[in-house]
This record gives sequence, structure tokens and C-alpha cells, in this order.
Amino acid sequence: MAETIIFQSLPARPAPVNTEGLVPWVKNNLFANWQSTLTTLIVGGLLLFYIPQFINWAVLTATTVPNADACRAEGVGACWGVITEKYRLIIFGRYPFEEQWRPLVATILMVALLVMSCTRMFWKKWLVAVWIVVLAAFFILMYGGMFGLTEVQTDRWGGLPLTIMLATLSIVLCFPIAICVALGRRSNLPAIRTFCTIYVELIRGVPLISVLFMASFMFPLFMPAGVTIDVLIRVLVGVTLFAAAYMAEVIRGGLQAMPKGQAEAAASLGLSYWQTQFKIILPQALAMVVPGIMNNFIGLFKDTSLVYIVSLYELTGSLGLALNSDADWRPYKLEGYLFIVAIYFAFCFAMSRYSLWIEKQVNKSKLR
Amino acid sequence: MSVAPRTPPAKRDWSWRSQAFRGLLYQIIAVVIIGGVAWWLATNTAENMRVRGIKSGFDFLTQPAGFDIGESLSKFDSNDPYWKAFLIGVSNTLRVAILGIILTTILGTLIGVGRFSRNGLVRGLCQAYVELFRNVPVLLQLLMWYLLFTEFLPDVTEAKRIGDIYLSKGGITFPKPIWETGHLFGVAGLLAGCVVAWFYRRWARSKFEATGQVRSMFWVPVAIVFALGVLGWLVGGAPSQFAVPAKGEFAVEGGGALTPEFMAVLLGLTLYTAAFVAEVVRSGISSVARGQSEAAQALGLSKGQEMQQVLLPQALRVIIPPMTNQFLNLTKNSSLAVAIGYPDVVSISNTALNQTGRAVECIALIMLVYLTTSLLTSFFMNWYNAKSAIKER
Amino acid sequence: MNEATDNIIVFDKVNKWYGNNFHVLRDINLNVRRGERIVVCGPSGSGKSTLIRCINRLEEHQEGHLIVDGTELTDDVKAIDKIRKEVGMVFQQFNLFPHLTVLENLTLSPMYVGKMPKKEAEEKAMTQLKRVRIAEQAGKYPLQLSGGQQQRVAIARALCLTPKIMLFDEPTSALDPEMIKEVLDVMVEMANQGITMICVTHEMGFAKAVADRVIFMDQGQIVEQNTPHEFFNNPQTDRSKDFLSKILGH
Ligand SMILES: Nc1ncnc2c1ncn2[C@@H]1O[C@H](COP(=O)(O)OP(=O)(O)OP(=O)(O)O)[C@@H](O)[C@H]1O
Ligand SMILES: [Mg+2]
Repeated sequence: MAETIIFQSLPARPAPVNTEGLVPWVKNNLFANWQSTLTTLIVGGLLLFYIPQFINWAVLTATTVPNADACRAEGVGACWGVITEKYRLIIFGRYPFEEQWRPLVATILMVALLVMSCTRMFWKKWLVAVWIVVLAAFFILMYGGMFGLTEVQTDRWGGLPLTIMLATLSIVLCFPIAICVALGRRSNLPAIRTFCTIYVELIRGVPLISVLFMASFMFPLFMPAGVTIDVLIRVLVGVTLFAAAYMAEVIRGGLQAMPKGQAEAAASLGLSYWQTQFKIILPQALAMVVPGIMNNFIGLFKDTSLVYIVSLYELTGSLGLALNSDADWRPYKLEGYLFIVAIYFAFCFAMSRYSLWIEKQVNKSKLR
Repeated sequence: MSVAPRTPPAKRDWSWRSQAFRGLLYQIIAVVIIGGVAWWLATNTAENMRVRGIKSGFDFLTQPAGFDIGESLSKFDSNDPYWKAFLIGVSNTLRVAILGIILTTILGTLIGVGRFSRNGLVRGLCQAYVELFRNVPVLLQLLMWYLLFTEFLPDVTEAKRIGDIYLSKGGITFPKPIWETGHLFGVAGLLAGCVVAWFYRRWARSKFEATGQVRSMFWVPVAIVFALGVLGWLVGGAPSQFAVPAKGEFAVEGGGALTPEFMAVLLGLTLYTAAFVAEVVRSGISSVARGQSEAAQALGLSKGQEMQQVLLPQALRVIIPPMTNQFLNLTKNSSLAVAIGYPDVVSISNTALNQTGRAVECIALIMLVYLTTSLLTSFFMNWYNAKSAIKER
Repeated sequence: MNEATDNIIVFDKVNKWYGNNFHVLRDINLNVRRGERIVVCGPSGSGKSTLIRCINRLEEHQEGHLIVDGTELTDDVKAIDKIRKEVGMVFQQFNLFPHLTVLENLTLSPMYVGKMPKKEAEEKAMTQLKRVRIAEQAGKYPLQLSGGQQQRVAIARALCLTPKIMLFDEPTSALDPEMIKEVLDVMVEMANQGITMICVTHEMGFAKAVADRVIFMDQGQIVEQNTPHEFFNNPQTDRSKDFLSKILGH
């Protein structure tokens, strides 16, 4: 038998042409061929032309002095003075000026609660208790009439607190409805399936604004004589019912993706229908659709801007409130819009990043 | 030993604890509860309307509306009945929705495909666009466009002129061809072009299958349609009269015009929805597995053939359902036109509601219009999905 | 000189990197004669797939020369087109086109690349389907078939362009044992008809039965090449001994 040769591996060496780092990146991504080079030159040229102009307007020649005369001066760009002057009105709407610390604290609490709920570390039983406590605190702070806080009627609530409250409450309240409807659409009882299908298709077929009109014009007619319900609550009910239909579809997607074997295994262990759904199917299905739920929430957050059309003063509405009747500042509405655009963008962008991250987590756990 | 086949026992077990009985019971309970709530709401409503002296019914539709409509495809004045106002509202909604869908598809597809560009700058810009436009409420965007059009453009009397196009607070005014019978020939030419192009494609296809010769299935038909259209127009005497707008004393007169409301709604909806369409297109293309592209390359298909025969047919299946959803969203979002006074079906119904107090009827009409559109679309979608599903076992 | 024309594939000091620092193929020298049947084996991650994917330029190499059927593979699009017509490839995951029927999968490339009339392409496709013994499945969609049937369709698809060289990248490793046999049977039959074949596989029975040469790779290098008999009975290096003891150990 021949002698065994000991295998000697050739040492690895770096590639002869550099393929990583800035220079190759620029070469491959900006100047790969003549088409790419041309595109880079044109697009880059346009950017170089417009971005400095924008910066000039928005920063270099802008003024932040809360004085309309300063804004009218020659050569002044953006007039951020309108924000420094009116930001409390824009953010808190018609809430009494001296009491505005209350919506501020309430909103901070609510946002903290939302951030907490998005953190896996806090996904424990007691989170439910925290929710109840924070929501109670939110309403006590906003409405008052207790602990020496003066009472503030709901028609004076407005701005960012209202936006956040509407979005959060309706997404939370719509959950139980959505779960029932989603289960109902998959039920094998025809009457229940039909009702749920009609509900979902009906709501998803009409624009939110028609639901809001319903809440504000028709709802009062629905109630027995003498019963009046606060417009805020009516709108909240409308938005919740609207959101529930969309949420039900997201949840149904999760239910459908569950392999049949899970329900069969549960049944073979003797679990009842509700036990099977709540202990086996729903926990898994919901975990699968967290990104979808998150996207729904972002949509709802943006959609709350519509309540302005039925005269609730959330961010968009309170901007109108702040500027429309003030001839000095009215010309600077664009700056005002950009301010609330920035607020909305900050919230929605953060949420969509979170949604992407959670989607990756879900996919990872699917691979396992 | 064999057992003779027999039919199952016909009678179900209807005992108290049977599944069948339980199922029926639950359904009856559900029907009773829902029916009860509906009845309660209906009687409340009837009672309330009686107490407040609100009339009900759709008889108001034939009464004169008493308001003017800023823009409409046909003439409307305040003596015309409500039903006509509604129809104009519907046509305005459809006009902005259809145009919006066409524009948003083009823009969204370009941006979605742009995210796969080899050029890093293009990729970055496309992503920035998507992030910016989809994270700001569409209502806010509409309001901003409207503000730009009505505040930052010059007054009508000082309209900005670019060629024969005038831009001002009053909207955009542009030269419009004056309709003549000669145009009819042009239209006929276009139609004939479509027919010829269709036959050409059939012929090219069968030629390809018979001989393997490849002919352009896109550019040649486009050229045919275009050429025959021009030919028809020439035969019709090449009518080229334009109604050119001119600056009058107080307004720009003549020509075609788009109001700032229409432009704001169209632009706002298009730009917002395009961000979502771009995402749909991007995820559709990236959903086709890597191996598919490799297999196509290994078979020697060219880049174009790979796209046309392998990637696109699979991506389209993934793209079309969410794309339709976006189209429906755009249509539903056109209802926000009410915020800036574009006379779509919602704002006309809203006006009618305020004038007549017939809340139930007016809201029902709005819902009916949108429901019909949505349901028709989803029936079509279900049919399409069933037809194009990839067959697995 | 005669030798050069006889070699259908020539690797001459080919080096390849993923990124800057990951050196996957190191100084590969390999000549494949016309009609030769080669089995490539080696531990996971040793660069076997990368090696054969270079042959139809699904991957590009950065150093050295790679000549396939007299054409050097460079960035030249024409050369790549030509090579891809002459090289058929079968993937581990089949990569059939799920939206086309089996028959359409087979006729796609002859019609669009080979400019063959549809009728002829279909006849040819049916011949190939008969060859892999699933002619009766022609109208079905790929996902309606079993794994073994899908892989045989993939082989037939690759054969439809009448390639001079066939590449197989672990064609049986996604299959159950029973299906492995039906695919291997088809491959053995093909091998006996004299086509040049390069096959990455760990099916040692197949290697013994049909291969002219076994190539053993590790860490991006060809460690050893020999006839199957020699390789299995008398491996030359410590690495191949170690490897063989592992895969034949049970
Ligand atoms: N596109 C890529 N980018 C970076 N690294 C890669 C890429 N493709 C493969 N590699 C790495 O190159 C090495 C060789 O890969 P290759 O697929 O050729 O191995 P292999 O011998 O076929 O292994 P296996 O038997 O598992 O298929 C592996 O370490 C792999 O992680
Ligand atoms: Mg491999």
C-alpha cells in the first residue's frame, strides 16, 4: 500500500481586485456602466441643485422668532416662528392653557405604555394591569373632576393626545371584536359565517369617512329618546368598528396559515372548541401576524386625522384652529403643516421600523 | 367475506347534546340577538325622526338641489334635481379615481422597479420616496397640495405663463383640441390599429411557434396602433384647431382647465398610493425564488426572456391582489376630497344632507356607491385568483 | 495540441473569492475530456457547487482561465450565451417553473433559445420525457409531482437543448431513498450514452458504477483525483481517508 500523502492546504489570500469598501461600492453602484454613470450625473446634479436651496429656505435663512413681522422681512426663508408662537395650541388643541401639563403627562404615560407593550421583556401577565392603570390615569388626567383637578369637557380635548388616544383605544377595543369575527368567518355554522362575512365586507367596502358621518349624524338617531352620547365616544365607536373589520382579516390570515394538524391534535387531546382556539390556535396565529397588526395600527394612526372632518380637533384640526382665524400667521400655514408632518412621520416611521424588526423575529422563529 | 356497500343512515341525531343541535341553537341565538339589536335601532330611529319631524324616503332626489357644483362633466345649475347632482358626484369620484389609478400604477411600478436598480442613487431615492410618502396621512398631503396650489401660485390676473399653459390660483389652463368630425377618423384609425395589432400578435405568435423566429410582441403593435391613428387623423383632414387660452381682464379664458381642487386630490392620492404600489411591486418581484432566475439563466434565456417568461408571470400573481387592494384604497380615499371642496360623491351627499336633513338616505347613498365598486372588484379578484392559482396538489 | 482539443473543459489556475477575503476556489487545475464522467465529492462548504456553477457562469471567477468547449469564459455576453446553450444544469432544489406545465417547462428553452418551432420542440420534449419515463405527466404542473418526478423533469428539461455537458449539483439530496433510485437510474442511462457529465454527489454507488474519475475537494482545492476504484480502495491523502471513513462508516 502506498504511503499516505498529508494534505497541505494552500493558504487563503485576499482577492486580487478589491471588491469591498467605499471605492468599489461607488464604482459598482454609481459608475458601473455608461447608463449608470449618466443616471448618477443627472440625478446627482438635480439633488445638488435642489437640496441646498431647501436647506437655505428651511435652515439658513429661516427665523424662529415668534413675530410675524420678522417673518415678513425681505429675504427670510421658512418662518418657524409660527411654531414657537403656536405650538401649544397645535399640540394640545383647545385644552385650557394652564392645565396643559395634564395632557402632556397623560400622553407621555400613554406613549411609554405603547413602547413597553412593544418590548418583549414586558410581555407578562401584569402588562394587562399596567394597561388598565395607565388608561385610568389617562382619563383622570384628561377629564379631571377628581383629586382636585378641574373638569375639562371632552369637546376641549384636542391635538396629539386626542390622536394617540383614538388610535390606541380603538386598536385595543377592536381586538376582541376582531377575534370573534375572524373565528366566526371560519366557523362551520352558516348563519354565523354569513353575518361575519357581511360585516367585514361591508365595512371594508366603504370609506372611513362614511362611517364617521354615520357616527356623527346617524348615531344620535339610533339611541332611545333622551339618551345623548358624547361625540368623542361616538367617533371612537365608529373607528373601532371600522378597525375591527380590517383586524379580523389580518387575524383570519394567521388562522388560515395554521396547519390543520394543530387543531386536530388539540381535539384528539379532548380540548373543546374554545379551549382549542384560545390555548392552541390563537396564540400561535396572533404571534404570526404581529407585523400585520402593527401595519394596521400605523394605518389607524394616520386615519385618525380624518376625525377633523367631523369637527374633532386632533393634530390637523388644531392646526386649522390655531391659524385659520389669525390673519398674521395664516400665510405661514405651510410651516405649520410641515411641523405636524414631522410629528406624524416620526411616529409612523418608528412604528414601521419596529414592524420590520418584529417581522424578522417572526420569520426567524418560523425557521426554527 | 365482504360487506355490501350501503348508504349512510339518513336521520341525524337531534338529541340535546348532539353537535347538530348545538350548532343550530347557536345560530338561532345569533340571529335573534342581531335581529333584536337591528329592530331596536330601527324603532329608535323611527321614533326619533317622528319626534324631530324628520321626513324620510328618497323623494327628495327629484327636488331641485339649489346649489351649484364647481366642476362637472355636464352642465349643472341649481334648479337641477338632487339625483343629477349625485350622478355628477359619482362621475367626479370616478374621474379622479380612474386617472389616479392609471398614474399611480405607472409611478408606483417605476419606483418599485427602481429599488432593484444597479444605480445606488436611484435605489436610495426610491426608498426615501416610499418612506416619506407612506408615513404621512393622506388627508394632510391633500391639504398641503391644496395649500400650495391656492396660496403659492399667482393670482388669476397675474397667471404664470409657460407657452400656452397658464398656472394660477384658479388652476391650470391649457390648449385643448377643438372637436371636429375629422377627429372621428383619427379615433377610427386607433381602433383599426388595435384590431390590426391584435391580428399581428396572433400572426407573430403562430409564426414563432412554427419557425421559432422571434418578432417584437410589444413595440411593433404599439407602432401599428400609433401609425394607423395618425393616418386616420391625416385622412380626416388633419384637424389641428386648438382652443388656446388667453388672459382676459379678470380670468384666463378658453382652453381646457383643471381646478386646483381636482389637481390637489389627484396629485395627493397618486403620490400617496404610489408609495404603497411601489412596495407591492418590490415585494412581488423579490418573492420569486432566487433559484428560478438561476434556472432560467442556466437554460440560456436572455435577461428579457427571463423577465418575461419566468419572473414576471410569477411576480404578477403575487402583485395583482394587493395591487387591486391599493386601487380600492385610492378610490375610497378619494372621499377625502370633501376636506378641500372637490365635488365628489361624498361632498355632494354631505351638502345634500345638510340641506335636507336626510342623514340616513344620504349616507346610504355614499355607502352604496363605494360598496358596489368594492364588491364588483372583489368578485373579479376572486375569479382571477381562482383562475391563475399555481396548481399544487 | 491534440490533447487541448480533446479537453472540453479546462480549468487553469482558477481562483474565486466571495467578497474580499473569502477564498472559495484556490488554484483549481482541471481538464475534463470529451465524454468523460466525473463525480465531485467533498465535505460541505468545500466549494463543489461553486466549482460547477463557474462552468456555466452562474458564478464568475476572478483569476485564471476557464475554457469550455474552446470558448474562454469572460465577461463577454456572447460567450456566456453560447456556453449556456451547450451546458445543461440540474439543481438540488429542481427549480422547475411552477407556473408552467411540465411540457411548457421543457419547451421554453428550445423555443426561445434554440429558435425551434413549437411542434418540433414539443416532440423533442416528449422524447426526453419518455427517456426519463414520465411522459404521462406532461400536462401537469410541477408542484403536482413527487420530488423524484420533479427531478426527472428537471433532467429532461436540461436535456432538451441537447447539451454537450451536463452538470448535476447534488440532484438526489432533496429526495427520499426510493426516489433517489429512480433519478439515479435515469442518470446512469444517460451516462452510458456518452455525454460529458460532472456530478456533485455523495452517492458512492453511482460513482463506482459510472464515473471515470472521482474528484475530491476540500477547502476550495482539489485534494485528490483518481479512478473510482483507486479512490475508494486506496485513497492517497489523509483528508480523503478521513472523509471516506466518515461517509462509508455506517
Ligand atoms: N453567494 C455567496 N456569498 C458568500 N459566500 C458563499 C456564497 N455562496 C457560497 N458561499 C460560501 O462558499 C463556500 C462554498 O460553497 P459551496 O456551495 O460551493 O459548497 P459545497 O461544497 O457545494 O457545499 P454543500 O455540500 O453544502 O453544498 C461555503 O462556505 C459557502 O458558505
Ligand atoms: Mg452545494
